[in-house]
Amino acid sequence: MTAPLIGEAEAAAPPARRRVPRSVTLLTGCVLAGLVVAVAVVSLFWLPYAPDDTSGDRLMPPGLPHLLGTDKLGRDLLTQLMIGARVALEAGAGSVLIGGVAGLAGGLVAGFATRWMDDALSAFLDILIAFPTVLLAMLVTAARDASLGSAIIAIGLAMSAIVARLARVLVKRVLAQDYITASRTSGTSWPRIVVTHVLPNIWPTLSVNLALQFGLAVLAEASLSYLGLGTPPPNASWGRMLQEAQASVFIAPAGVIAPGVLLVVLVVGVNLIADGVRDVADPTRRRTR
Amino acid sequence: MTAYLLRRTALLVVSLLLAGMVLFLLLRLLPGDPANSLLSVGATPDQIAAARHQIGSDRPLPEQFASWLGQMAALDLGASFVSTLPVGPEIASRLVVTVPLTLLAFLLAVVIAVPVGFLAAHRAGTWYGSLLSALSQLGVAVPVFWVGMLLITVFSLSLGLLPAGGFPQDDWASPADALTSLTLPVVTVALVMSASLIRYVRSATLDVLGADYLRTARALGSSFTRAMWRHGLRNAVVPVVSILGIELATTFLGAVVVESVFALPGLGSMLVKGFAQHDYPVIQGVLVVSTLGVLLIGFAADVVQRLIDPRLRRSLAREAG
Repeated sequence: MTAPLIGEAEAAAPPARRRVPRSVTLLTGCVLAGLVVAVAVVSLFWLPYAPDDTSGDRLMPPGLPHLLGTDKLGRDLLTQLMIGARVALEAGAGSVLIGGVAGLAGGLVAGFATRWMDDALSAFLDILIAFPTVLLAMLVTAARDASLGSAIIAIGLAMSAIVARLARVLVKRVLAQDYITASRTSGTSWPRIVVTHVLPNIWPTLSVNLALQFGLAVLAEASLSYLGLGTPPPNASWGRMLQEAQASVFIAPAGVIAPGVLLVVLVVGVNLIADGVRDVADPTRRRTR
Repeated sequence: MTAYLLRRTALLVVSLLLAGMVLFLLLRLLPGDPANSLLSVGATPDQIAAARHQIGSDRPLPEQFASWLGQMAALDLGASFVSTLPVGPEIASRLVVTVPLTLLAFLLAVVIAVPVGFLAAHRAGTWYGSLLSALSQLGVAVPVFWVGMLLITVFSLSLGLLPAGGFPQDDWASPADALTSLTLPVVTVALVMSASLIRYVRSATLDVLGADYLRTARALGSSFTRAMWRHGLRNAVVPVVSILGIELATTFLGAVVVESVFALPGLGSMLVKGFAQHDYPVIQGVLVVSTLGVLLIGFAADVVQRLIDPRLRRSLAREAG
C-alpha cells in the first residue's frame, strides 16, 4: 500500500507470466475514451450545424447533408451527438470533482476519528450510501431546476459518500503503519503527515476508484436526462436524445443507436483505463490474470 | 451472535431515524410551499394561510418532524396532496409491480452471474474466459434504459413476441399475463445487474483458486470439484453475499428507471410523478419505504454473512467478551 512498494513490485513481477500485456487494456481504454474526448474538443470549435438549427427535414436518414440524419425536430444528429459528448464529459468530470474532493475530505476526517466518532461517521456514511443516486438526484433537481449543474451536484454528493467510505478504510490502513508512529514521534504534525504520507499512499487505489466513479457518473447523468431530470434543451444529452428517439426507432434507428454506442464507448474506455492503472499499481491482481 | 444481532438491530434503528431526519429535512428544503398544490393560481393570502394551516407547513420544523415521526411509527404515510388518497395503500399497490420486478431480476442476475463468473475465473486466460470477462466489462458500461429500449425494439416491435410495456389492470389476477408483461423489464434489469455481479463472482473465485488451502486440499488428493465444493465455495460466497446486499438495492434502483421505459405502474413511476407535482406525501412515502427496504437488505446481508463465515462470528465473540 506504500508508494515505494509499488515500484518494487513492478520490478519483482515476472512479465513472462502475464498472458495479456497490461498495455493492451490501458491502450484500448485510452483510445476509446480519447475518441469521445476528441469529439468533445472538436465540438468546442466546430459543429456541422448550430445546436438549435432545425432547418433539416424531420427524421432524415443518414446521408448528405446530414451525415447521421436528423431528429424529430429536424436538428442535425451529429451536432447533437458532439454536444452530448461534451455534456457527458462535463457530467463525469464535475461529479468526480465534487465527489472526489468532498469524499476525500470526509474520508480523512472519518479516518482520523476514533471510537464513537468513528462509529457515528461510518453509520452516517452508510445511510448516505443507502440513498440511491437517482433518488438523491431527484431531490436535488426538485430543489433546484432540472439542469446539468443540478445533476452534477446530485451525482457528486451521492458519490462523495462512496468515496469517503473507501478513503476512510485506506486512511486507517496507512495510519496503522509503524512509519506513521515513527513520524509522529519525531515531531511531524498531523497535517504534514497527511500531505507526505497519507495522500501519496491512498492515491493509487483512490484514483482507480474515481475513474470507475467517472463512468458511473456518466451513466447516472444519462439516466437522469432520460427521466427528464437532467440537461434541458437546447443542450443535448445522450440520455435525453435516447428518450426523444425512442418513439421513432424504426424510422430513424440512428437516433437510438448512436448515443447509446457512444455512452458505452466512453464508459468502457474509462473502466479499461481504471483496470489498466490498477493492474500496474497492484501486482497481486496482475498475477491472478 | 445474540450480542451481534442486538448491536446490529440498534444500528438499524439509529440508521432509520437518521435517514428519516435527512429525508424530512431535504424534502422541507425544497422550494415552493407544499400548500401551493392545494391552491389555484390567484389565491389570496388568506387562502394561502388556510391551506398552510390545513397541511401544517406553518408550524416550526422540529414540531413537524415530531408529528411526522409519530405518523411514520404508526405506519401512516399521509394522503396525497393531489389526489387526497392515502399514500400507504397506493404504495402497497405499486409494490405489487416493483417487488416482483426487483426480486425476479435479482434472482435471474444471480443465476446468470454465478456460473458465468466462476467460468470466467476458472478458465481465465483462455479465449472464452477472456470473452466472458470482456462481455461483463461491456455490460457494466451499458445504460440500463438503453438495454430496455433495444429489447423492446427487437422482441416487441420487430418480433412481436412480448408486450412493449404496461401492466394488467387487475395486477396478478392472471399471473401469466402479469409475468408476460414483466418478462422484458426483468431481463433488462437482470442483464445489466449480472454484468457487475459477474465481476465480483469472478474475482472472489480467483482469490479462492489461488488460495493455499485449496492447493493443500488438492495435494492431499481431493479432486478439484470436491476441494472447490468443500473449501472453495464457502470462502468465495462470503464477499459475494456482502455485495449481494448492495446489488439488490441497486437492482431496485434499476427497476425504478426501467419502470419508465416499460411504462410500468410501480414505485419508480409513482416517485417521478410525485416530483413533477411537488406531492410531498407521495415523495416521502416512496422514499421512506425504499430507504427502509435498502437498510433492511443491508441488515440481512450482514447477518447472513456472519452466519456463513465463522471467522467473523469468532472475532465478534472476542470483541463482546
